[in-house]
Amino acid sequence: MIKKVRTNPTQNEQLLFEISSPGKNGYQLPDLDVPTIDAAEALGAGNTRAEIEDFPEVSEVDVIRHFTRLSTWNFAIDLGLYPLGSCTMKYNPRINEQAARVDGMAWIHPYQPDSLSQGAMQVCAELERCLLDITGMDAITLQPAAGAHGEFTGILLIHAALAAQGNPRKKLLIPDSAHGTNPATAHMAGYSVENIASNSRGMVDTEALARAVTEDVAGIMITNPSTIGVFEENIAQVADIMHSKGALLYMDGANMNALAGISRPGDFGVDVMHLNLHKTFSTPHGGGGPGAGPVAVKQHLEPFLPIPRLARVGDKWAWNYDRPQSVGRVRAFYGNFGVLVRALAYIMAHGGNGLPRATYDALLNANYIRKLLEPYYDLPYAEPSMHECVFSDARQSKLGVDTMSIAKRLIDYGFHPYTVAFPLIVKGALMIEPTETESKRELDLFADAMISIAKEVEETPDLVKTAPHTTRTAKVDEVTAARKPIVRWKRPS
Amino acid sequence: MLDTIGLSKIEDLVAYLPKAVRYDKPLAIAPGRSEYDILDYFKARGAENAVAGGNGYACFLGAGVYNHYRPVMVDTVVSRGEFLTSYTPYQAEISQGTLTAIFEFQTMICQLTGMDVANASMYDASTAVPEAAMMAIRATGRSHILTARTVHPEYREVLHTYTQHQGIPLDEFGYDAATGLIDIEDLSRTITKDTAAVIIQTPNFFGIVENVKQAAAIAHEHGALLVVVFSEAVSLGLLEPPRDADIVAGELQSFAIPPSYGGPFAGVIACKEKWIRQIPGRLAGETKDANGNRAFCLTLATREQHIRREKATSNICTNQALIALMATVYLAVYGKQGLRELAVQNLSKAHYLAGKTKTIFSGPFFNEFVVRAESKGVAEINRELEAKKIIGGLPLEKFYPELKNTMLLCCTEMSRKPQMDLVAEALA
Repeated sequence: MIKKVRTNPTQNEQLLFEISSPGKNGYQLPDLDVPTIDAAEALGAGNTRAEIEDFPEVSEVDVIRHFTRLSTWNFAIDLGLYPLGSCTMKYNPRINEQAARVDGMAWIHPYQPDSLSQGAMQVCAELERCLLDITGMDAITLQPAAGAHGEFTGILLIHAALAAQGNPRKKLLIPDSAHGTNPATAHMAGYSVENIASNSRGMVDTEALARAVTEDVAGIMITNPSTIGVFEENIAQVADIMHSKGALLYMDGANMNALAGISRPGDFGVDVMHLNLHKTFSTPHGGGGPGAGPVAVKQHLEPFLPIPRLARVGDKWAWNYDRPQSVGRVRAFYGNFGVLVRALAYIMAHGGNGLPRATYDALLNANYIRKLLEPYYDLPYAEPSMHECVFSDARQSKLGVDTMSIAKRLIDYGFHPYTVAFPLIVKGALMIEPTETESKRELDLFADAMISIAKEVEETPDLVKTAPHTTRTAKVDEVTAARKPIVRWKRPS
Repeated sequence: MLDTIGLSKIEDLVAYLPKAVRYDKPLAIAPGRSEYDILDYFKARGAENAVAGGNGYACFLGAGVYNHYRPVMVDTVVSRGEFLTSYTPYQAEISQGTLTAIFEFQTMICQLTGMDVANASMYDASTAVPEAAMMAIRATGRSHILTARTVHPEYREVLHTYTQHQGIPLDEFGYDAATGLIDIEDLSRTITKDTAAVIIQTPNFFGIVENVKQAAAIAHEHGALLVVVFSEAVSLGLLEPPRDADIVAGELQSFAIPPSYGGPFAGVIACKEKWIRQIPGRLAGETKDANGNRAFCLTLATREQHIRREKATSNICTNQALIALMATVYLAVYGKQGLRELAVQNLSKAHYLAGKTKTIFSGPFFNEFVVRAESKGVAEINRELEAKKIIGGLPLEKFYPELKNTMLLCCTEMSRKPQMDLVAEALA
């Protein structure tokens, strides 16, 4: 039975271009306090355009209604559980948004002199200090704009460190359970990829690893906890194997929400790692970004970090560009500063006492869901779960219903689906990460929905296969979209 | 909940972990603080910065980051939890709000740039430039990239960082010392049959509006693609779009994104139809739902890392979606007429101040220009201005050693005449 939602009419709305009518506008500029310049004269007639063809012309009321109507077509954390595995969709505290909008944080130019930016630099320094304490690493750059960007930075660091010893090597090892960004990153940094098969318990097979690590191997990219939500029990041994052959251990910090305050990568042999501030540190996903992907390293990689580096000179902060071994810049300016502000606000609100509590709550919620769903869904790996649990559709697929259909049916029950069909090592995966910010009430409703769907699969499988049934938009034809791409509006001829 | 799981205390959840990987010490972070304390902290840190508008400073810096007014509608819309707290719209049936807005964003970027396809955003322009370069390499099967020295120096640095291990030789060509435009002869001299892309920026780093047609002709004559970069998006309201480019890589910070000490911004890549399968990042496409209604979804995902892994066009996953939404709302507010009027105001303010100073380049400029300090040095001028709560221009010698004692100034619609007159006075 569906308990969480009932249908509610939503407004229809056309595209901005379709509601546009000539002469309408929603802006007001102050009067010019200098003479108006003739554009064609100043720039040359060939350099100016007559008009922006088909650009919208709408009123202020049109704008607010348009985007408000669109917004009601979205699911969001603010509406309910959003249990995407490895995405850490936790509540986004609004104090973070306020902090980033303080004039003194928002209206500062990256090229204003350091002497006029000390407050911003202090914020960066304080965030660096907190993140190093949480990770147990020695040095950090806040420059990367997202997780994948952090991975790229981290692999460049490995390349530079090995090159400084005479040979950057050729290959990176990546477990078959890894995120797709890992191999894509390795390729961009000039490395070839060798996939490492997981053992029967979903962990890195250390014997296979020891055989794979040759003089050609620069390092391994490991996600810990892994994408099945399990702590790599042999992580220290993995580090030893890599180090004994002169190779390095990169940790994808996507799942750091399982560790913050209770376990530090710096203590179990990680040489370099990235953090996703838009996951562990609650900055909003915003429909796909922005994020931030700081990269933390052990001391031996510090000389290679991107320029500029924050430095204390006397009693002031300064940006240091004089770093001859640096891999260079990975981005203009200093990083997604507004995201850094939000993350620091989150850390301050939780404090040193609250961060481990949040981590334990994330673990509790995941294990609670696992316990409630275990009788109904196949659990491919019996290892203890950290912050997420991964089921498979093995039982349901025998009845002709796959993980994607179960996910779509979950929408009818008022929930966003879990991560579908990932990680690749689990056939038909259901990857569920509830995060710490969900109440028992919400988790119970979710489990109830999942159990109800499991029963539907047995009794009325077609109901599940044809879901969703209650959304304003029915199942979307993604195949046609890809076959004949229409990626912009055009005026009908 | 612990009872259900069969544990007695919450720490038992990790009791199986080896002691060596546990961290039992308290973090060296102060205990949790109240909203009031946190806001107070950021206000106090903010007060230690010079803040344009905020604590009375006027800012004449541009160079890739611009002080434009942000209509209140922008934050009103992006603060809606349905936009702010949703994930990448993989589940199309419950993400039509985000998908529709992305489709509108892509359309408006195409209308502004004269391109056929635009992606859903990149991190910023500095990372969009190397992605555009790698795209051109895939498209042409060639290996060299030739970049104008008038492309933003930090974009060129990032281009170097990205390409250093991919076997992509980088070359640069110069600018005309009199006009500030790209040196066409130098371009013709340096382009070869191995050049995959010629990269230029307009308005360029000196604020000068380049002749895109001419650069395109030379690039195309040699079988290379032309990549056109922009950092001041407001210029697109007035300038002829770079229709002759093959790829456009730009920065949208000007469209309602506060300077925020350099980020988060939103970059974008747009291109001609024929390169659609080479474009990195997400794309929203139009289709229908099972009831025949118009619907949108992410499309051509086989280019992307979660499907293609090491063979993907890029490793990008998280992009700048909410920032792209800010730009979309901004463009809806200003619209066809407003964006032009805004651009004319920027042009007029810059030309007013430039008219009172000695600019060093004769090429046409939009809202930035380079001046030479006469009697005093640029450092001294900026010190004098700072005393009057004015943040002066960017000294160019750091990036262009040959441009000693010069600064890059920028005026926007937020620049006011009294402060502009003070800048002119200091430069006199």
